[in-house]
Amino acid sequence: MASHAIEIRNLYKIFGPRAASHIEAVKAGIGKAELNAEHGHVLGLKDINISMPAGAVMVVMGLSGSGKSTLIRHINRLIDPTAGEVLYDGVDICRMNERDLREFRRHKTAMVFQKFALLPHRTILENTCYGLEIQGVPSVERRRRAMGWIERVGLAGFENHYPNQLSGGMQQRVGLARALTNDAEILLMDEAYSALDPLIRVDMQTVLLDLQKELKKTVVFITHDLDEALRLGDKIAILRDGEVIQQGSGQDIVRCPADDYIAAFVKEVNRSRVIRVETVMTPLVGLAEGPPIAQGSVLEAAARQMSGHRVSVAHVVDASGRPVGRVELSAMVGAMVSPGEQDGPRRAAAE
Amino acid sequence: MALCDVVPTLLCKFPAIDEGTIRVVRKTIDENFKALVRAYANVIDVVVAPLQWFLNLLERSFTGAPWILVLAILMALVFAASRSLRITLGAGLAMVAIGLLGLWNDTMITLAIVTVSTLLAILIGIPIGIAMARSDRAQGVVNPVLDVMQTMPSFVYLIPVVMIFGIGKVPGLISVVIYALPPMIRLTNLGIRLVDKEVLEAADAFGSSPWQKLKNVQIPLALPTIMAGINQTIMMALAMVVIASMVGVGGLGRNVLQAINNQFFTIGFLNGFALVGIAIIFDRASQAYGRRLQKHSEVVHG
Ligand SMILES: Nc1ncnc2c1ncn2[C@@H]1O[C@H](COP(=O)(O)OP(=O)(O)OP(=O)(O)O)[C@@H](O)[C@H]1O
Ligand SMILES: [Mg+2]
Repeated sequence: MASHAIEIRNLYKIFGPRAASHIEAVKAGIGKAELNAEHGHVLGLKDINISMPAGAVMVVMGLSGSGKSTLIRHINRLIDPTAGEVLYDGVDICRMNERDLREFRRHKTAMVFQKFALLPHRTILENTCYGLEIQGVPSVERRRRAMGWIERVGLAGFENHYPNQLSGGMQQRVGLARALTNDAEILLMDEAYSALDPLIRVDMQTVLLDLQKELKKTVVFITHDLDEALRLGDKIAILRDGEVIQQGSGQDIVRCPADDYIAAFVKEVNRSRVIRVETVMTPLVGLAEGPPIAQGSVLEAAARQMSGHRVSVAHVVDASGRPVGRVELSAMVGAMVSPGEQDGPRRAAAE
Repeated sequence: MALCDVVPTLLCKFPAIDEGTIRVVRKTIDENFKALVRAYANVIDVVVAPLQWFLNLLERSFTGAPWILVLAILMALVFAASRSLRITLGAGLAMVAIGLLGLWNDTMITLAIVTVSTLLAILIGIPIGIAMARSDRAQGVVNPVLDVMQTMPSFVYLIPVVMIFGIGKVPGLISVVIYALPPMIRLTNLGIRLVDKEVLEAADAFGSSPWQKLKNVQIPLALPTIMAGINQTIMMALAMVVIASMVGVGGLGRNVLQAINNQFFTIGFLNGFALVGIAIIFDRASQAYGRRLQKHSEVVHG
């Protein structure tokens, strides 16, 4: 079971009774506020182009109302687009017939909902089994698989409770267990961790990262929390008013925020735990000096190593131990406290 | 009068269509209707026969069985539904009182017809309610029909029913079903429409077919509302059995009708109270059952 990339191309979504008739105006550049004021339609998404990498975690961020939930609902077509396509393994999900769509949802996707959306009349175990039940998996088998995930999310002993008897964070973990039990290639997580307390949250992030090491699912993860985004995301897209305003790796976004909005977003983040040594590395000249630092280490880890050795210069080595570059403590400190030269003007405007 | 001197006659006295025309229209409609009924007599018999059979079966087993057995079964059913000793004992006491007053047999006949008509109303009402919940157009068509059914005086139903089916138990049964049906349909529709959109979305996201969605999500979550519909249907059926006794339904209703005709004050009231007794038993049992269905929504934590 190999996961594939999800390609979103020229996706538009307008909410309202005569959505299709306003698509031209939106393509011509009419904004969300104007569309709402003049035509009474809500612009949900505007010209979204994102390639969500196969077997990796794609994080979508943005303020409340920016269209994150709308975007993720297009991937399993809980919402039909006004225009555009969503491709998975070469097939446009938006053009599937009812039967194919059902099969796609059953076997390829699993979703965690922002508001949990558990079945109130079913116990935790029955909720967790739901996807497998729909697929027609025998009852013993689906209980076994569901129980495994109920235990993994820390809800063992609650399997016979009803959702209403659980706290919000516990319900969210039921939603998570329900999605994971489905064992689908695509995992859609709409603020799946937002109701969790910090400790469980980190634990659940670890669950996801461990899962990714083994199973390499294509995960779409929505969050408000930049630290979470940077920890989980192989790629991050930032939405505002239904438009993508920046996408790229966590490094890119922290180091070169595309505008003031994102700059404000990333200002509070602990840069030394995000930025990797490669970004401040200079080409190796002459001998490799100082201690070897593994490629991919974050600045904080590298700085700790160097101060342990009481040196201000070190060299970076790749996975096989071959030196690939040199780093200086001063450059590292510079990257930690303020933006590097290359994105100076933009940052200056933001401060 | 003074005003009519000034105003033209056309605006003063309502210009009714003249009686001759109305008479012709009335005659044509009535005669065509009768002809239609005659033409479809076979079809009507086919519809009536199973109802007749089922109703007779139930009536015979209710009236024929030893009272102690009927009482035991009734109390067992009430307990199964309500899980409440208080309601069960109350039901038992009410039935004993009815028996002591010599109304046992008539009560059994009434119970039989109420049971059959409630079952029929459920059987017809739930699918119609589901269809309405699935399509706004169906709702648009059915709703006005239900409005008419609910506001039309119940005596008026009896006319076409008697014309089509004649006088007897089955026509009475049919008019009871027609009268008791609207709340069943309405509350089934309402219950399904009130199901949380988010939960339905989750069911969709996991790839539920429409049938799986209905069976796993919509019906279970609508069940408390549907139960309220069944409760109301039973109450309406109990009210209608009295009126239906005019076309030949026996039991407590007929006693009331005779009491009206002969001014038997005491008999009328005793039979009336027997009906009230049955109504309360059904009402409490079905409401307690409905509450039990909602147990999962009790918030214990957070
Ligand atoms: N069914 C709908 N009809 C009309 N407008 C809608 C509908 N669904 C969403 N919208 C609008 O689309 C926009 C994006 O909503 P969406 O739920 O995707 O936001 P979000 O980014 O998930 O926000 P949050 O962080 O609060 O969950 C909002 O302006 C919202 O009002
Ligand atoms: Mg959302």
